[in-house]
Amino acid sequence: MVCTDNIDFTIPLQPAADRRMIKFVLMVNRQGQTRLSRYYHSVELSRRAALEADVVRYCLSRKKDQCSFVEYKDFKVVYRQYAALYIVVGITDSENELSIYELVHNFVEVLDKYFSRVSELDIMFNLDRVHIILDEMIQNGHIVETNKSRILAPLTAIDKMVES
Amino acid sequence: MALKIVKGSIDRMFDKNLQDLVRGIRNHKEDEAKYISTCIDEIKQELKQDNIAVKANAVCKLTYLQMLGYDVSWAAFNIVEVMSSSKFTYKRIGYLAASQCFHENTDVIMLTTNQIRKDLSSPNQYDTGVALTGLSCFVTPDLARDLANDIMTLMSHTKPYIRKKAVLIMYKVFLKYPESLRPAFPRLKEKLEDPDPGVQSAAVNVICELARRNPKNYLSLAPLFFKLMTSSTNNWVLIKIIKLFGALTPLEPRLGKKLIEPLTNLIHSTSAMSLLYECVNTVIAGQYSCSVGSVCLRISVVKYLGLLAMSKILKTHPKSVQSHKDLILQCLDDKDESIRLRALDLLYGMVSKKNLMEIVKKLMIHVDKAEGTTYRDELLTKIIDICSQSNYQYITNFEWYISILVELTRLEGTRHGHLIASQMLDVAIRVKAIRAFAVAQMATLLDNAHLLTGNMQRNGICEVLYAAAWICGEFSEHLENPVQTLEAMLRPKVATLPGHIQAVYVQNAAKLFATILKNQEGNTDSTAAQETSQLMIDRLPLFVQSANLEVQERASCILQLVKYIQKLQQKDVEVAEEVSALFAGELNPVAPKAQKKVPVPEGLDLDAWINEPPSESESEDEQPKAIFTKEEPKHSRPRHTEVDEKELARRREARKQEQANNPFYIKASPSSQKVYQETPGVEHIPVVQIDLSVPLKVPGLPMSDQYVKLEEERRQKERAEKKKKEKKKRKEKRSGRGKKHDSGPESEEDITPAHVVDIVTEEMPENALPSDDDDKDPNDPHKALDIDLDKPLADSEKLPVRSHRAAGAPKSPAEDGEAENATPQEPKKKSSKEKRDKKKDKERDRKVRLRCWKHSPPSGRKSDSRSAQSEGRTKSSKHKKKKQKKEKEEKEKKKKKKHHHHHHHSDGGGEESVQNGTVEEEEPLPVSVCDIQGNLQDGSQVVVSVIFENKSDSFLKSMEFNVLDSLNSKLQRPEGSGPHDGLTVPFQLPPGVSNEARFVFTVQSIVMPQKLKGTLTFIVKDSSTHEKLDFKLHFTCTSYLITTPCYSDAFAKLLESGDLKSSSVRLEGVNMPFHHLLARICFHHHFSVVERIDSCASMYSRSIQGHHVCLLVKTSGQTVSIDAKCDEPTLLGNVLDEIKQTFSQC
Repeated sequence: MVCTDNIDFTIPLQPAADRRMIKFVLMVNRQGQTRLSRYYHSVELSRRAALEADVVRYCLSRKKDQCSFVEYKDFKVVYRQYAALYIVVGITDSENELSIYELVHNFVEVLDKYFSRVSELDIMFNLDRVHIILDEMIQNGHIVETNKSRILAPLTAIDKMVES
Repeated sequence: MALKIVKGSIDRMFDKNLQDLVRGIRNHKEDEAKYISTCIDEIKQELKQDNIAVKANAVCKLTYLQMLGYDVSWAAFNIVEVMSSSKFTYKRIGYLAASQCFHENTDVIMLTTNQIRKDLSSPNQYDTGVALTGLSCFVTPDLARDLANDIMTLMSHTKPYIRKKAVLIMYKVFLKYPESLRPAFPRLKEKLEDPDPGVQSAAVNVICELARRNPKNYLSLAPLFFKLMTSSTNNWVLIKIIKLFGALTPLEPRLGKKLIEPLTNLIHSTSAMSLLYECVNTVIAGQYSCSVGSVCLRISVVKYLGLLAMSKILKTHPKSVQSHKDLILQCLDDKDESIRLRALDLLYGMVSKKNLMEIVKKLMIHVDKAEGTTYRDELLTKIIDICSQSNYQYITNFEWYISILVELTRLEGTRHGHLIASQMLDVAIRVKAIRAFAVAQMATLLDNAHLLTGNMQRNGICEVLYAAAWICGEFSEHLENPVQTLEAMLRPKVATLPGHIQAVYVQNAAKLFATILKNQEGNTDSTAAQETSQLMIDRLPLFVQSANLEVQERASCILQLVKYIQKLQQKDVEVAEEVSALFAGELNPVAPKAQKKVPVPEGLDLDAWINEPPSESESEDEQPKAIFTKEEPKHSRPRHTEVDEKELARRREARKQEQANNPFYIKASPSSQKVYQETPGVEHIPVVQIDLSVPLKVPGLPMSDQYVKLEEERRQKERAEKKKKEKKKRKEKRSGRGKKHDSGPESEEDITPAHVVDIVTEEMPENALPSDDDDKDPNDPHKALDIDLDKPLADSEKLPVRSHRAAGAPKSPAEDGEAENATPQEPKKKSSKEKRDKKKDKERDRKVRLRCWKHSPPSGRKSDSRSAQSEGRTKSSKHKKKKQKKEKEEKEKKKKKKHHHHHHHSDGGGEESVQNGTVEEEEPLPVSVCDIQGNLQDGSQVVVSVIFENKSDSFLKSMEFNVLDSLNSKLQRPEGSGPHDGLTVPFQLPPGVSNEARFVFTVQSIVMPQKLKGTLTFIVKDSSTHEKLDFKLHFTCTSYLITTPCYSDAFAKLLESGDLKSSSVRLEGVNMPFHHLLARICFHHHFSVVERIDSCASMYSRSIQGHHVCLLVKTSGQTVSIDAKCDEPTLLGNVLDEIKQTFSQC
């Protein structure tokens, strides 16, 4: 009768780098200008600029036929190029690179669907909306939703709200 | 008001919005910083206005500027303002800004707690959603603690949109506030089976993340995940699950077998590369025996990942990787350097005796082709690494290796000359059989030194000459033409080499000289010897002038020596013997850890004098000499100083032991060899020198390729021989090891070396400790991280009661109902929605509870109370609403039936006497007394015995006991059952029969009493319908106390310790003898009497979590005063209240 569901709830107290997650998402253009940045672990503002510049320089220096996964310092970077725009995702070591690679494409497809043929300008002028989309897809470093219509549902609701 | 709005909107027309800002920045490319600073000024103005729309717009722009790297933390308060706007369009801007700018140390976060709580409970799902998203970015430990409960409630929200976000953010909450994990886990687990795939995936994410670190705690969830894995179609979810299984399989090997099938199915069916990769990874990690090789081929489409995966396979299935050698070698041609480097890493692991030559040959080709020194240097080090790994395990032909090394010296501009040099030295010293060949090669190198001296930089290739000169000097007896080499070493060009190399040149020239003398002295013609001396005398002055001190010193020393020798030679004195004695003895390599391994022999006191301390009168220079020999026994060569025999005899005894344990003392004389054999535990492998059967003469620089060919031929021959020998072999027993072509039991892999090579083992001191623990560096920072994370939580780590909520809760029994709402456990169960209705409920609730407390619910009002109860419950868990409504109706019907044939079990005081926990019920149905007993072994476990008594006339079966868990207390359920599943009572009850069942509860904090609502469902056999009975389990604080005897002195010590908080209570009108009173306290509250003096007694008890409770009971007339001390004031207060309660009832 005595039940033995002894789940030990010790929480791993490990540094953030050790967790399996997305560390940041960047959108950068060819000139190295940041168009969107989202950090899922706290990075000091002063260090962000340097990190972005460094990562971007690294990605830009790679040729098209080179691998899209780069090891950078203590984490990995997955990037994908769309015209002049690079989407760069920093992930921890144990995250599956290919799934992130696919996620990036999914993200772009959602953007494409919402903005109908998305361009860099769309992202610049509608930064808040892009953020909403991104937040629907990734939350505290984990993929939360990948269904396009469900990702866009809140956004359409907001648009309706604004119109009325 | 209207005017203000109009004014606001007019203002807005002139404000820049985000689009204008972006456009503006683009138009001011030259003076961007200036433009932005004016924009920031404008924004500051806008933030000062009252209009929330203006503020929101300003904050929106700030978010953009923040992204560009501008610090906007000064606007934190304004962001909070915008966050608290009631309009969603503004609110989301506020939250976005907050999520971008806030971090744990932002102080305004404290202000947001209530706002966030309000938003979380907003009827608009998007309000809630945006709050959750924001929270995930800036949650602090404080926020996590305060909002954990609200978020947990949201996990059961009606909208999947909210549910999934709430589930995912829980992970962040767990991290910030670990205490919330235990209470929230059952609900989290429940979400794995949520009908909505999004919620499911979120739950999978969180649990996988949790389980990855502590997999063994989550093994019980494996079946659930297995089900998900076979049913889910979401690749992202599948990846997570497969990752989780990867962590679980090492703990549960059976899981591995079960997984093969679904994994193989996935591998063959999926089109998603990522999923495929994950499957392969898991397959590899799990060491499943499925066709790994074929998978690799498919995966190698993505080369980099393929290579990564291969390196993992390599560890477990080296053979399957070796078959892909060509593929990996192809990767070396890849344009991408990171792929090439990965491939190199792989090669390192996949060499064998068989393929080493081939692989290195390919690498050599790449070395030739490689442009860019970094990659070439990388190749060079890899070649050396590959060859030298595990003590040259894979090298079968050292001649080949030497030629490879020599070939490598032809690399221009490498920075690894030093590396090559050390390899040459290492091989030449340790492989005796190769010395002759090595010396020949080195002599050629020295001859062609001009080819190498182009690169003079530090660590450049000229370092090789250092090795070459040393080898030629040290093993000069193998030289074909020593004079020629000597000449080469004394060329004027040498003076341009770096100083340390020159020094070696000079020293080894002297060694060579000694050898030459020895060779020539045998001849009758003495002129040759004199010529050599002359050569030395001619050339050495060049070095005497060297700017390098060491070169100069050695050169002048040797010059004088040679001059002296020349003098002797002219007198026709034989000097060779004495000159070569200068360099006699052999250098053996010493293991790097040798010194450390020396145990201090018993009775050895290094500080004590070995010899009599020399008297003051003795010459001063003796003393330092003695110390010198003692401390620096590096004199590897036997000293030829003439010591008088007596002196020697006197010292020998003392020295013997010291030498035996001296790692630097290298035994050269046969007498010391004996010592070796005598001492047990010495691992000295005698070196058998074997001459090459066919001395290879390679003119000029050798070509390693030749060896590859030769080796091939040799191996073929060997194979043929082997076949012949096959028959013989069976009969023949293994012969001595030293024999050439010893045919031991050989596998196909095992290829005999070209010539038996004895790698001289690194010399270890005698009595060396075999342990290898010195590999662990005590200063290793990672050692500190080696903490057992699985230890059960210590008391100090356990969930603290959120006292700020319970503060001021009235405790008097009359207000018990109300007090309960304020207990820390209760609010967690209540959704925020319920809170609004709380007032309404409370009144009814209290009625119910008060009635319960008295155990005498008037039967006529039962239905009333029941509905109030279920109403409350329905609200707390909305998703169960429908089900319960149905049940409610049923129950109503039932009740009428039941009234007639059930008795009150708790009428009268009989039941109340069992005070330590009671079951309270609205219905006079079968459940009855319960006894709550703490478990001493586990501070958080409580065993509740419940007696079920069937007072009806029907047969009862399929009883299920269930309790609605609170955050603090939980019913322990068997593995695999949900958090709301009931426990089957293991018996049936015929009418009038009673039986007892025990249930284990886990309790976090024991300082507060608490009540758990529960239900008992059962089937009345005749009607075969489900019946339900609600009850409450009352966990009093008393029930957590365990009668523990205590001696008076220990008791006194405890009181003196000063760690205990005191409290007191007064009981009026107690009408019983003192010893009755004490007995009552002992019986009901688990105390033991420590000491009793007249009308005064001290009592002691201990809680299951180790709190001490001490009582001092005094009585005078009808008044009893109890002074109490305890290390947990809350617990003490509650215990005292309960004691008071006991006596107020009598």
